Amino acid sequence: MIAELGHFALALAAAVALIQSVVPMIGAARQDGAMMAVAAPAALVQFGVLGLSFAALVYAYVTSDFSVVNVIQNSHSLKPLLYKVSGTWGNHEGSLLLWVTVLALFGALVAAFGRNLPPSLKARTLSVQALITLGFLAFMLLTSNPFERAFPSPIEGTDLNPLLQDPGLAFHPPMLYVGYVGLSIVFSFAVAALIEGKVDAAWARWVRPWTLLAWVFLTAGIALGSWWAYYELGWGGFWYWDPVENASFMPWLAATALLHSAIVVEKRDTLKSWTILLAIVAFGFSLIGTFLVRSGVLTSVHAFASDPDRGIFILLLLVVAIGGSLALYAWRAPQLKGGGLFRPISREGALVLNNLLLSAAAATVFIGTLYPLFLEVLTGEKISVGPPYFNMTFTPIMGVLVIALGIGAMMPWKRGDLSGVVRRLTAASVFTAVMLGVAAILYWERSALAVLGMGAAAWLAAATVAQLWLRARPSARISVADGFRRMVDLPRAAWGMTVAHFGVAVLIFGVAGASMLTQETIAAGKPGDSFIVGDYTFALTKVERVPGPNYMAERGTFLVTDAESGAEIATLAGERRRYVAGGEETTEAGIQSDLGGDLYAVLGQPTDDGEWTLRLYRKPFVPWLWIGSCLLVLGGLLSLTDRRLRVGAPTRSGASDPRAPAQSAQPAE
Amino acid sequence: MSRSGLSPARRRKKTRLYLVVGGLSFLALAVGLVLAGFRDNIVFFFGPTEVAAGKVAADQKFRLGGLVKDGSVARPGAGDGTVFFTVTDNAADVKVRFAGLLPDLFREGQGIVALGALNGEGVFVAQEVLAKHDENYMPAEAVEAMKRAGTWKHEGEPAAEGGYAPAAD
Repeated sequence: MIAELGHFALALAAAVALIQSVVPMIGAARQDGAMMAVAAPAALVQFGVLGLSFAALVYAYVTSDFSVVNVIQNSHSLKPLLYKVSGTWGNHEGSLLLWVTVLALFGALVAAFGRNLPPSLKARTLSVQALITLGFLAFMLLTSNPFERAFPSPIEGTDLNPLLQDPGLAFHPPMLYVGYVGLSIVFSFAVAALIEGKVDAAWARWVRPWTLLAWVFLTAGIALGSWWAYYELGWGGFWYWDPVENASFMPWLAATALLHSAIVVEKRDTLKSWTILLAIVAFGFSLIGTFLVRSGVLTSVHAFASDPDRGIFILLLLVVAIGGSLALYAWRAPQLKGGGLFRPISREGALVLNNLLLSAAAATVFIGTLYPLFLEVLTGEKISVGPPYFNMTFTPIMGVLVIALGIGAMMPWKRGDLSGVVRRLTAASVFTAVMLGVAAILYWERSALAVLGMGAAAWLAAATVAQLWLRARPSARISVADGFRRMVDLPRAAWGMTVAHFGVAVLIFGVAGASMLTQETIAAGKPGDSFIVGDYTFALTKVERVPGPNYMAERGTFLVTDAESGAEIATLAGERRRYVAGGEETTEAGIQSDLGGDLYAVLGQPTDDGEWTLRLYRKPFVPWLWIGSCLLVLGGLLSLTDRRLRVGAPTRSGASDPRAPAQSAQPAE
Repeated sequence: MSRSGLSPARRRKKTRLYLVVGGLSFLALAVGLVLAGFRDNIVFFFGPTEVAAGKVAADQKFRLGGLVKDGSVARPGAGDGTVFFTVTDNAADVKVRFAGLLPDLFREGQGIVALGALNGEGVFVAQEVLAKHDENYMPAEAVEAMKRAGTWKHEGEPAAEGGYAPAAD
């Protein structure tokens, strides 16, 4: 009964979406207030109905209702409650339901908080949003009904893939989806603005908080996924350049670029058409990501052909959404008026450089991800493009970006003075040189690339701090104490930028350490054996059988000591779990973390003569990855709480108060 | 504003020129990087039959796909954790050596994909062994290998994506 209610709610939502997409659009064209006013309540109803539908599916999972096909395939009565709930979105149909629910949530948020929006812009935005929702709802109702019943119903389900039964992964998809789908509202704003034919500073101020919100969730979602891969897959890596990862990374790069270009539109009323294009591209990447992950083309173009309904439908959706909006862009964008002028050496110029580099990076990732697919479709030749390609193309672009970021953030608007800025970065340069020297002494032998990465991190960190400080204390006439007071009083958006940029520096440091300085030993051994990994000795002390709630585990205990002094450092427990329901095995790595890095031990398969395969790592600076990601998220949240960026706050008065990140050459007040 | 003595229209044109030149140079940079990346890092795929026919030179890096032959997995436990197994497409076999941890879903009779190169003795030395994260799932490359060898029988069976069971309809 509950499942039927959920299905009914889904159909009802489609009807509401149809009304919401048609009526306000016509209303806006005719300037008919009553018709435009349909949009907001429709968006709220839409969210209510889809929320109900989603709740129905969660209910079916929590109560282990094995008369629903979706629950049979992805749940098991013995599963802990958290994973029963997360099983809801751990599959194709359920994750689509989450998609549309989040789509409707963003529509509802705009309806509820967009009181200051001009009525026609609001009506058009909500109408476009409903159009996207309608497309996905049709897809679900026609090809992927999550509420399908099974008859006769089995007594037990087949369980969720045990790799997905993990707290990190329970929250990774919803976070990522809020990010992906959050970009939909930015897209809707962009398309609405194209239809209106008007993009101004106020538009940018409405769009920025939404971009920022989506970006924050996208960042958190990607970081969670990376963290999960690191400790769950037992390979000790945090990023594989896997197509599924790239699918989430491309929208992130585009959203990051958009975040920065929107600042230029807001402050200087220029780069409008580029910003609109980025908004379309960012959501386009989200759709492509969904297509790649959901259609099965990634596993093989043949998998795509074997389930043609779904694949073709998403492809169609993709073509209509991206193609349609780009056509609209081509038609309307030339009418957008260009605004403020700037020199290449200026903050605008720096932000353009940022955008060019981020776009180039996104393009290389895009080509690397999709080229093998195209080649297979066209020639039948099967190739793969591995991590070396991405490291080779992506890393140099990021290197340039980081160096430019240190300088660019210091630039004043309109017209900058490169030598002046470089002078102001003397302290940062000295710091970088010293850190480069220290890193070279410690690590040059092991990896020159790691030293360069650490140098880049030091440069960015120092330049970011210098930027904040010089903004608070632009001249020596201000006392240091006053400088501190003024620094604390800087707008939240300024702090947000500083924290986020600093986070990038920390992240780069973590990447350099974790990917280039890892020491690894693969061996076979039995309890009592010990192995040297870099400066550490790992001793396997015992292997025992331990029961879990829905699995049996073999747990290996490792005692880690200092290889020279023999001092005890850590005890690690690595497990191999075998799940009762499906017999799948998973690996749980034993990890001990501190700021210096991780000690990581994996108990592998048994060998023929009763020993165990072991994989032991020393991974320097891994926690910096997670700290850096947290700082990025924190920076985004800080910016979001800035009074002037608060959702719904701006009006079209267009008062151009100096806002973060503002002119560094002038006092902040 | 017009310190340089140019009219706003000309300055706007100049700005646009800078943008276009900047954009094009980055496009060139990106294209260059992509081409260089592709030249060195594209890895081709071969099945056991093609390997047996001598289509691959020793030391050439490629991806090998197929099924793990029943009863072929041996872990001599020589202290370095080396595993030996045979990859088959039910027509030809290739012996594989791998020092490392096999993925959790590695089983005899299951499809796998391995990245590596042949050594002088015709043994495939794997750097990486992949098995996708689903019991129902057969890696596309393993299927491809059997198709190329003409031993594939399950055409039309819906292939599930990692972690997701195929729809029951």
